[in-house]
Amino acid sequence: MKGVLHIGVLTGILNSMIALATPFLYAAIGETFAQTAGVVNLGVDGIMLLAGFAAFFVTLTTGNLWLGLLAAALVGLLMGLIMSLVSVTLKAEQGVSGIGLYMFGLGMSSLLFKVLVGTVKTVEGFRPVDIPLLSAIPFFGQILFHNSVLVYGAFLLVPLAWVVLEKTTLGLKLKAVGQNPAAADSLGISVVGIRYLAVCLGAVLAGIAGASLSISLLNLFQDDLTAGQGFIAVALVYFGGWSPFGVLAGALLFSVVNSIQLWMQVLGVNLPASVAVMLPYALTILALMISANRARQPAALNKPFDRSEN
Amino acid sequence: MNLKRIVFAAVMIAALVLGAAAAPLRIAVIMPSATTDMAFSQSMWSALLTVQKEMGGASAVELKYTDNMFKVPDAAAAIRDYASQGFDIIIAHGSQYGSSVQDIAPDFPKTTFAWGTDVNTFGLKNVYAYTASAEQGGFINGVVAAKLSKSKKIGVTGPIEVGDAKTYIDGFIQGVLSVDKTIAVSKTWTGSFSDVALMTAAAKTHIANGADVLTGSSQSVVGSIGAAKENGKVLWFGTQADQASLSPALVVASQVYDWTAMLREIIAAHKANTFGGKTYVLTLANGGLKIAFNSGYALPAAAKKAADDAIAAIKKGTITVQP
Amino acid sequence: MSTGTGQAVQKESRSPRFDWSRLLLNAILPFAGVVAALAIAGIFLALLKTDPLGAYLTLIDGALGSTFGITQTLVKATPLLLVGLGICIAFRANVINIGAEGQIIMGALAGAAIPLSLPDLPGLILIPAACLGGFLAGGIWGFIPGILKARLRVNEILSTIMMNAIALQFMNFLLQGPLMDPENVKRGTFLAQSARLPQQVWLPRLVPQTLLHAGLILAIVLAVLVYVFLWRTTIGYQIRAVGLSPEASRYSGIDVGRNVALSMALAGGFAGLAGVIEVIGVQHRLMEGLTSGYGFTGIVAALLGGLHPLGLLPASAFFGGLLVGADKMQRAVQIPSSLVTAILGMIVLVVSGAGIWARTWAARRLAGRRREEEERA
Repeated sequence: MKGVLHIGVLTGILNSMIALATPFLYAAIGETFAQTAGVVNLGVDGIMLLAGFAAFFVTLTTGNLWLGLLAAALVGLLMGLIMSLVSVTLKAEQGVSGIGLYMFGLGMSSLLFKVLVGTVKTVEGFRPVDIPLLSAIPFFGQILFHNSVLVYGAFLLVPLAWVVLEKTTLGLKLKAVGQNPAAADSLGISVVGIRYLAVCLGAVLAGIAGASLSISLLNLFQDDLTAGQGFIAVALVYFGGWSPFGVLAGALLFSVVNSIQLWMQVLGVNLPASVAVMLPYALTILALMISANRARQPAALNKPFDRSEN
Repeated sequence: MNLKRIVFAAVMIAALVLGAAAAPLRIAVIMPSATTDMAFSQSMWSALLTVQKEMGGASAVELKYTDNMFKVPDAAAAIRDYASQGFDIIIAHGSQYGSSVQDIAPDFPKTTFAWGTDVNTFGLKNVYAYTASAEQGGFINGVVAAKLSKSKKIGVTGPIEVGDAKTYIDGFIQGVLSVDKTIAVSKTWTGSFSDVALMTAAAKTHIANGADVLTGSSQSVVGSIGAAKENGKVLWFGTQADQASLSPALVVASQVYDWTAMLREIIAAHKANTFGGKTYVLTLANGGLKIAFNSGYALPAAAKKAADDAIAAIKKGTITVQP
Repeated sequence: MSTGTGQAVQKESRSPRFDWSRLLLNAILPFAGVVAALAIAGIFLALLKTDPLGAYLTLIDGALGSTFGITQTLVKATPLLLVGLGICIAFRANVINIGAEGQIIMGALAGAAIPLSLPDLPGLILIPAACLGGFLAGGIWGFIPGILKARLRVNEILSTIMMNAIALQFMNFLLQGPLMDPENVKRGTFLAQSARLPQQVWLPRLVPQTLLHAGLILAIVLAVLVYVFLWRTTIGYQIRAVGLSPEASRYSGIDVGRNVALSMALAGGFAGLAGVIEVIGVQHRLMEGLTSGYGFTGIVAALLGGLHPLGLLPASAFFGGLLVGADKMQRAVQIPSSLVTAILGMIVLVVSGAGIWARTWAARRLAGRRREEEERA
């Protein structure tokens, strides 16, 4: 443990934490929008995978990172539309349809990867960008202000999402539809329309989360790149009490555990890898259990809306 | 050594002549990663292609492969399927396939099974085992790495602490310490042969900790090399296959596995109705292991001399590297 | 009038069990879903410049074109059937069990630990002991998310996914440490596998030179037993009642929470049993990847089988064939088997989306029948 308290190591751990939290933030904030409007989308991991592959492939073939990002967003939108169609219009059991979307994304991304790329390759992803002046601050400068644009985007998303949910009419509509769709319907709000919007917005953000992995954090694509991170992102929404800042807290907590585990090995601390990897998941279950935030759960979550039933 | 080569050449020519009239020899190989992985699987596949060409191409040797079989139950099904289809030689190229070979080989006594990297033939008459003394090349790489590291910190990204990954890394560390005992070598194990993303994260952490030379083993090292490339100044030492093309500016040297001699022997033995019962080990001395220096990297003369001296010493036996 | 009422009473008591139209609908819908998914996948294949027809023919040939293929289909159908049975039970209580992957692992671990630690006992004791151990371990692993849902209203989909990850890491930890084959440790190869299980615990093979084992028979017997359990016992009735309407069940005195937890425990138990059977029937040792994704494919099989134990028999055979055919497709024409995962996903999407038609259709028919009765009366 000799090296742990060295300032360089602490900086390293915190910087890793910031980077690792990025995909969780995009995916979980996106899912917050969807769930606020009453739809659980378990297919987030599948969206991250397929969109992440799209971003990687487009970047690999065109050399243009922004085109790759756009591709990811478009794939996300497409999958969001599929999810909306099946879960909102066709009123499927949301947990099941979500798993179906996940399997579709997992299978398609793996198939396309193997056929179009073949073996694991790296790309030139988004490079860390220094924010002038701020990045020179000792200690915090290198942690907070020396990251890629996608990382900055993820953290800016948090206050932005909060503003949309708490201070805009759209936010009000989302909440209304999620709490009491019958009442919202009678007020003239299109429940179906708002839900489509929420799910698609969430899916686009999930797509960007996938891109943040394949063309920013890891700069490569492989089979099952996300290894279940999308599901953890969904759990973070519960953990964060359907509030963007709560989600931020959860994402940082999760990522710091991951980051510490990586650094411990490098510094020679003998922690069996499997035990370290197990910790975040056990943590999530604990979080789900003690989550007193269940009181704030959107009342109509996971219930399809059917006018004729009301 | 030379006499052996002549004898086998003669056997092969005879086989060629006879083979021209007979049906093609059918060889199948099962691998845990892609044939283009620039590491473990590619080393065997390119050796097979070389031997196939030598023996007269596809009409003399039928080659089939199933790749990306990192899940053992899938691999077992593939091995059994090839065996029931009547393939002559089945190569289970992965140390996790041993139990499958042990289960399946008794059911097909006229089929040659070869597997590695390991030394256990299970006492079965139709099983060959093969491995590489990866610690030898590891030692050489370690010697050169120690000469080139300026920060005196070296990072090792390993997959799982088994087989030739373990021996390579153990040899590497011995090599480093034989040159300079003050260098700090830190090793990490991702717990997976195939998870490239974990390798990337591990490599990045090593680099952030100050390492300026990296090495590692398995098909997932693409991630580590990617992290080195992103940094732009970190050097890489490879194993299993020549990895210079992955980063022409940063790859210094790679230990290369050359399976062709072993394959020729196995094929000749099969034609003479011997289907197994031997273990093959690749070493620097028998030419199965080679160090490929990247011509695109300007290696200082002192470092190259240290490497050549060490290679000669290992071949002669003056230095023994502990696996 | 009296005839009308009499007829109405007769019809009411007969409909639930012999509604052929409902049975047909439950069978046709999933089938249509499969065809639709295959068609869409075929389009993808064509776009990727691969011949879809050729690919599908290889798929069929792989599954049915050889003895090896047919036996492999049944070998894969066995764990699918067992996992699917568990998921059926859970789904009847309106609980979605995504945790089968983890439950399979825990079942395999417990089930294998018994013969590994007591290698001298005869097979007659070891085999049932291993099966029981696996069922219990899987059951506990399923019970935990079940009770969390029942008492703390924790979303069972999320908790089971977490349990899956924990189980996987736990298995890795054991296989890389305490359970590692001592032979491997001695020789220094350190492979993450357990020792081979003692021969007397291996399930007898039904066809020589293949992997088809007696576990298939056990699975089929259990399918029939589960049918009897769900439709002919009180507990089974309670579970189904809780699934159809928790409010009404609570009103009539049924403990909803307990039945939810029980159904999850049973689901976990069956998955755990699938794990043990795979180990003692096919692989004969513990190794990474032993689940082969059966935990997820089992869900799709259950859906396709109309969530009915007897429907699972053809459904699991179908999926077994699909998986075997996919392997062959990968070997012969180099189309990755991940195509099948994508197809499975599409099947789930289509079948879950089409569920509405079944519900609407059934509701309309019921309304129509009621109107008929009123008109006659």
